[in-house]
Amino acid sequence: MITATTQAAPQSVKGDVPTYLAAGKTIRSWLLTTDHKRIAILYMVSITLFFFIGGAAATLMRLELLTPQGDLVTSETYNKLFTLHGVVMVWFFLIPSIPTVLGNFLVPLMIGARDVAFPKLNLASWYLFMIGGAFALFSIITGGVDTGWTFYTPYSSTYANGHVIAMATGIFIAGFGSIATGLNFIVTVHKMRAPGMTWFRLPLFIWTIYTTSLILVLATPVLAITLTLMALERAFGVGIFNPALGGDPLLFQHLFWFYSHPAVYIMILPGMGVVSELIPCFARKSLFGYKYVAYATVAIGVFGFLVWGHHMFVSSQSIYAGMIFSVLSFAVSIPSAIKVFNWTATLYKGSISFQTPMLYVLGFVGLFTIGGLTGLFLAALAVDVHVHDTYFVIAHFHYIMVGGMVMAYLGGIHFWWPKITGRLYPETLAKLSAVTIFLGFNLTFFPQFILGYLGMPRRYHVYAPEFQVLNVLSTAGASILAVGYVLPLAYLLWSLRYGRKADSNPWRATGLEWTTSSPPSKDNFEATPIVTEPPYRYDPQATEAALETAHV
Amino acid sequence: MSSLATEAPVAHQFETADQQREAATMGMWLFIATEILFFGAMFLGYTVYRLGYPQAFAEASRHTLIAFGGTNTAVLLISSTVMAFAVRAARENRRGLLVTLLLVTSSLGALFLVIKGFEYSKEISEHLLPGRSFQIDAADPAHAEMFFYIYWLTTGVHALHVTIGVVLITIFAIRAWFTDAFVNHDTAVDLLGLYWHFVDIVWVFLFPLIYLIDRHS
Repeated sequence: MITATTQAAPQSVKGDVPTYLAAGKTIRSWLLTTDHKRIAILYMVSITLFFFIGGAAATLMRLELLTPQGDLVTSETYNKLFTLHGVVMVWFFLIPSIPTVLGNFLVPLMIGARDVAFPKLNLASWYLFMIGGAFALFSIITGGVDTGWTFYTPYSSTYANGHVIAMATGIFIAGFGSIATGLNFIVTVHKMRAPGMTWFRLPLFIWTIYTTSLILVLATPVLAITLTLMALERAFGVGIFNPALGGDPLLFQHLFWFYSHPAVYIMILPGMGVVSELIPCFARKSLFGYKYVAYATVAIGVFGFLVWGHHMFVSSQSIYAGMIFSVLSFAVSIPSAIKVFNWTATLYKGSISFQTPMLYVLGFVGLFTIGGLTGLFLAALAVDVHVHDTYFVIAHFHYIMVGGMVMAYLGGIHFWWPKITGRLYPETLAKLSAVTIFLGFNLTFFPQFILGYLGMPRRYHVYAPEFQVLNVLSTAGASILAVGYVLPLAYLLWSLRYGRKADSNPWRATGLEWTTSSPPSKDNFEATPIVTEPPYRYDPQATEAALETAHV
Repeated sequence: MSSLATEAPVAHQFETADQQREAATMGMWLFIATEILFFGAMFLGYTVYRLGYPQAFAEASRHTLIAFGGTNTAVLLISSTVMAFAVRAARENRRGLLVTLLLVTSSLGALFLVIKGFEYSKEISEHLLPGRSFQIDAADPAHAEMFFYIYWLTTGVHALHVTIGVVLITIFAIRAWFTDAFVNHDTAVDLLGLYWHFVDIVWVFLFPLIYLIDRHS
């Protein structure tokens, strides 16, 4: 949106105010920073590290699955690999990904604030995240955990070998980092908006981060106490979940999924926020049905709390509970579909250009739709009995998590890269890697739908020989996917030094973050902006002319 | 920053002191919401097992030491009242009174912990600590033990919160005595009060759930 105070976007920060990157060069200035933009960078570096750790585990799993026999790793090692992959990717990459990197960077910029409400708490949450990560890495290095990322009792609490308690401690501590981040964003969105930035002038990215934060704040404490109880059972025999001591293991599953199902929405809503920002920009059109997308965001957050039982259809949960959870799970598809239809309607008669961020976004919309629709198969009680714990489930949630969230994260990183670093990435190479990721992803995970439907169970390192062809396809796809992920790491690092300098608004996009310099100064804006318009005021003709002369 | 010397300092990210106060207050309420969810999972566990094994829970509850629990309820309720007066003293900038009331509050909190400690040690001597030495004269000892798992867990986590509160209130009392940190700046005391009342309310729920099942018979 255009603001009253900054009609023409300034090319550089006035006077000698340094950019946030130049505001301090020492390691200390980074490790003790309270600047939300620097904390975003700290998170970006850390989660990238975790992403490649989790990716390495996935690589080993896919290599093992090349052949039906267990010839690369033992079953125990394989169990540890998928646990490591799940724990690291869920808690140390996907949950922090968009909220803590793009969210930290953009929330104050998008609402016209100098920083989040509690900058010190913001830094503390990064330290909690890193301490939690250290515990998780410790448990991996000293022998690993073989429970799966779900830590089902009584296996995790009684029978499993390995450092379950260290791993749970790591997730517990990182969880409090998540809570602090969520709390910070909620208060920031409520109390730090610039004059004129009403709720319905907020960019949809803010709506999704706000809803995600509500989930983080309300669900994560339940995970914390649940993992604590599990660890107490393991350490001291406190038998809340142990049937041998009068406890009920199903209670663990209820409590775990009360967190972990909403956590799925933590892992997709921010991606939807990125898509809602990028589609209007690359279609040069206002977002279709802004208010309904905003309401749909909140609706997904609310429904997300009421569907956890669909993970437990075969757990001996009451059939009536199963039916209710099934119906509610179907209900989630309504707000999700509203979003997809609104994005599509925005594209209709738009002036679409296919730069890298848009490629990721179009990938997101297609893959999310497939992931969402196969979710309906799984929400149907009878079908779920057939495909439960098979590769069908694996393929379904990877379409959402990887095809959805990782694509959106990369799209967002490319889109805001000029703002974050002040440099442009090499467009051709970036387009190539976006296409590589899309192709590699589909080749990896589409065969898994078929494998699951044919009955191949998840979490086994040996399988029946007739499944080999599809598994080889999947592993081949994974190797393409790996190339697709390494490429951006390489050229984005390259662009830090050699990339062309970006002006303040290379995409000619709307939004307050584009009215300040690239990269912004420590205080974000020269003067507090005053907002007079709703978001996404794109004018197709004028902006098309502007894009012709732009360098991208 | 305002020209008034007595006005509270405003951090750089805020425009006004009001904005800062509102943000801090909202942050505290959200924190309390997370605490409710944290305790909520334990209360859910309690509910599930009490509904499943009402007899065992009633029998086990009669073994709890209500004299200790009842006294502690009174101690904590009084401390919460004193805290409310302390918040008022901070608002009225009566520094001496504030220090006194904060110290009374934290002493009562500490008294609660001492009484709880005696209660725990008596229970251990009566073999009510779940584990190998657990013994109880009940028809369904396994689920009576489940009651005591939940008892030790919830009161333990609660006692941890009381301990944190006592430490914080003492620090606040010292700061109020030696600095003018809270002069014209009562938000922090107000929020500390919110936390302390929350800890109190958790106990108000725990007390009947633990000590008062089937006491009348």
